[in-house]
Amino acid sequence: MGFATSQSSMNHQSTQSSATLNGTIAIRFTLNGREVEIAVDPTERLLDTLRYRLNLPGSKEGCGEGECGACTVTIDDLPANSCLVPTFQVRGCNVRTIESIPTSSLQPMLETGATQCGACTPGVVVTANWIKEHSSVLASHTLRALMAGNLCRCTGYDGIIDGLEKWIGNPKGGRP
Amino acid sequence: MHRLEGLSKLSGAERYLDDEPLEGALKGCLWGMTVRSPISRGKIRRIAYGAGFDWSKFVVVEPGDIPGPNETYLIENDQPVLAPGYVRHMHEAVALVAHEDRNLLRRAAASIRVEVDADPPALDFRVAPRADQIQRGSDNLIKKLQIKKGDVHAAFANAYKIVEGEYETGAQEHVYIENNAMSAWIEDGPNGDVVVVRGSMQCPYYVLNALKHALGRDETRVRVIQAPTGGGFGGKEDYPSTIALHCALLTLKAKRPVKIIYDRSEDMAATTKRHPSLVRHKTAVDKSGKLLAQQIEVILDGGAYVTLSPVVLSRGIIHAAGPYTCENVLIEGKAVLTNSVPYGAFRGFGAPQTIFACERHMDRIAHALGLDPIEVRRINLLKDGQTTSTQQTISGGTDRHALLNETLRVSAYDKHKRESEAFNKTHPYLRRGIGIATVLHGAGFTGNGEVYLNSKVDVGARPDGKIEVLAASTEMGQGTNTVFTRIAADAAGYDTADVVVGVPDTFRVPNSGPTVASRTVMVVGKLVERAIDDLAAQLGQNGKPLRGPSLKKAITDWHTTNPGKELKGRATYTPPPNVKFDDKNYVGDAYATFAWGACVAHVEVDLRTAAVRVLDFTAMQDIGKVINPVLAKGQVQGGVVQAIGWALSEEFKFKDGGMLNNTLTNYIIPTSDDVPPIRVVFHENPYPFGGGGAKGVGELPMDGPAPAILNAVAHATGADARAIPLTPEHLLPLL
Ligand code: FES
Ligand code: FES
Repeated sequence: MGFATSQSSMNHQSTQSSATLNGTIAIRFTLNGREVEIAVDPTERLLDTLRYRLNLPGSKEGCGEGECGACTVTIDDLPANSCLVPTFQVRGCNVRTIESIPTSSLQPMLETGATQCGACTPGVVVTANWIKEHSSVLASHTLRALMAGNLCRCTGYDGIIDGLEKWIGNPKGGRP
Repeated sequence: MHRLEGLSKLSGAERYLDDEPLEGALKGCLWGMTVRSPISRGKIRRIAYGAGFDWSKFVVVEPGDIPGPNETYLIENDQPVLAPGYVRHMHEAVALVAHEDRNLLRRAAASIRVEVDADPPALDFRVAPRADQIQRGSDNLIKKLQIKKGDVHAAFANAYKIVEGEYETGAQEHVYIENNAMSAWIEDGPNGDVVVVRGSMQCPYYVLNALKHALGRDETRVRVIQAPTGGGFGGKEDYPSTIALHCALLTLKAKRPVKIIYDRSEDMAATTKRHPSLVRHKTAVDKSGKLLAQQIEVILDGGAYVTLSPVVLSRGIIHAAGPYTCENVLIEGKAVLTNSVPYGAFRGFGAPQTIFACERHMDRIAHALGLDPIEVRRINLLKDGQTTSTQQTISGGTDRHALLNETLRVSAYDKHKRESEAFNKTHPYLRRGIGIATVLHGAGFTGNGEVYLNSKVDVGARPDGKIEVLAASTEMGQGTNTVFTRIAADAAGYDTADVVVGVPDTFRVPNSGPTVASRTVMVVGKLVERAIDDLAAQLGQNGKPLRGPSLKKAITDWHTTNPGKELKGRATYTPPPNVKFDDKNYVGDAYATFAWGACVAHVEVDLRTAAVRVLDFTAMQDIGKVINPVLAKGQVQGGVVQAIGWALSEEFKFKDGGMLNNTLTNYIIPTSDDVPPIRVVFHENPYPFGGGGAKGVGELPMDGPAPAILNAVAHATGADARAIPLTPEHLLPLL
């Protein structure tokens, strides 16, 4: 289940932090293609930095403990639950959020009913987009397995899986 | 027509309350938190605010700060807004604190200790309370109801066979992915200051009534606005009244805007859940499986306050006898007070619990008689002209036998059955089986409920010729805005681009009733049509209503001659003809109409682990008319998967009446990998009194899956399971 929400890519960062006098850490990272510089408290979660300090509230908090995937972003091109990532750990990383995905590309997901209430949706779309960009993973995993890190309480998942099949143009991906 | 706000949601642009910057009305906003009881029953000795915090810098609200009665307005008003010196359940709200620094507030709130002298709690609704556990009347009874038809006792005396069974269902948490969120601020108004509350909710007018009552204000001085709502499922039916009151009290004391955002663990621990149930069946049958008498006892755990339990019980008992005809029925229901968190509305509202028992029992009757479960259903399924347990004569022309046959056909029932039986002979440890459930769901409020609600819808005719639907019915993911747009456009002869659905705001929209009970499309949708008819008639000439471009032109012309004035069409609910219900004796038309359905589950049980996997699932629904195929299908698929979770994995663990597993780590809802594609088939038979011909769709899908799955497990393994959730731990001893 953790496949789509792996966050191992940035663990090496954790030992390289440089705390400043007032207890915050100054870091730089790439966010949706742009360089960002910010001072963060060592306990600050990436999800909160994005939502409350960098004006990117598209990523949602559904659980705050790595279960629901509503907060999914990619870090160095791997999906991660941003609620579990201390912001200082993304120093030097490439972070992409839902806001980096062009709305115009999402029509297939709209047509199949991939969203209802929308609270899980940004996380779903980030994971889906990652699968779309790495479709070789479909050789070893079904769409249903790959999407299992994103809980949705509304759709029953069919709208999401059907939309994803349409989006990535792989009509058999979800039906092994 | 695609979901109106779909792309906004998919792209992450939709702004839920917690996404909004603290600007405009929320400038200078404080964060609010709730101080809660650590035990399930007792007298509050004191609230000890932790040392090390300068409490003069915090806003603190205790019961003495409530301007009006300390009551949450609902059926009985017995639930306090803040526990007045005595707590009745774990995590009950005791006090409120607010501060502008959210992190500091969290630490400060964590330092607060509520000291309580414990009294013995009543924690098991199935057993009679001891004297020292009595907290209501002489027996903790919240409500008792009865349905009586014919004479069961005479029928039992002459029965070929009597089959008995006891069935249990557990609590269920809604797990809307957006947690509860509310904000409040103060505005100036013509009659004095106005408390404005904006947040995630299903029923703005429930919130309004609660604010009016406890704040002692009239509707000109409280205003409720719905914010985009990330799921509800009943969980945001009555609870938002509580959190809105908390927010309003803090804002009144602070004289600043306040936001309260629950995190997942608080939301799971403190808010309402589906009522746990115990249902006993005693049924007299003849040789062919025909039902001669149904005696049914329904007991619901109501939790610590009355809240919605009487009406959940009412819907529960009305659905308890299933979609079958039987001349002798006795149903006795009671909802019992315990010291658990108050149980509340959840998709299906009591019906899934009693239908679970009924449908599992039908299979056990078939088993006891050596008959096919399909045959036992066929012989008893209601036909038009026959009556339900409340003696409601069924009409409308839906052929439930044809519906059942079609369900069997599209689900490949016979094939799966044969193949499963062959598979089970050879496989060392996997067992497959198939199960069915046939169900009904009363759409709209029960009995005279819709008449008492007296719902209203307005349509505003704007100077640009567009029509704005003004209703309190909320979009929470189920598609209200998209469907209202379609219905209004069809009624007006308009393009959907010329229809707008107004934000539910009690200063702008009339009370179209709560967004619950599968009533929005059917009941409120019809009012949208009638309000447009009213508008078209006002502008029409010689009694000829206008439509399409001529309507649009008449609207713009009217505004030219009446500049600055408002033009509206209006409609108020009128019941369909000949619908009569005696709500004292529970006799008559319990619902204006029923939606009908059947579903088939094909499962696999792993004998090594006792894990149950649903391999294939078919849901057939008669919902009158499908207004939007993608949205309607999504309602069914989502409901089925929620029911699969309820049936197999969503288990509550309690400690002293509080939820112990109040996180998504150990309260397990289905993932995409846990469920198969859900095959949905709609049977259309337009209902003349529903919006666009539709009947309710949202709740019926919750009713059938759990019994169908347990019936399939029984077919696969012979395990006679009668309780859900059927987790591996519970199934193992039965294998
Ligand atoms: S909020 Fe991060 S996984 Fe749920
Ligand atoms: S769309 Fe509501 S949780 Fe997925």
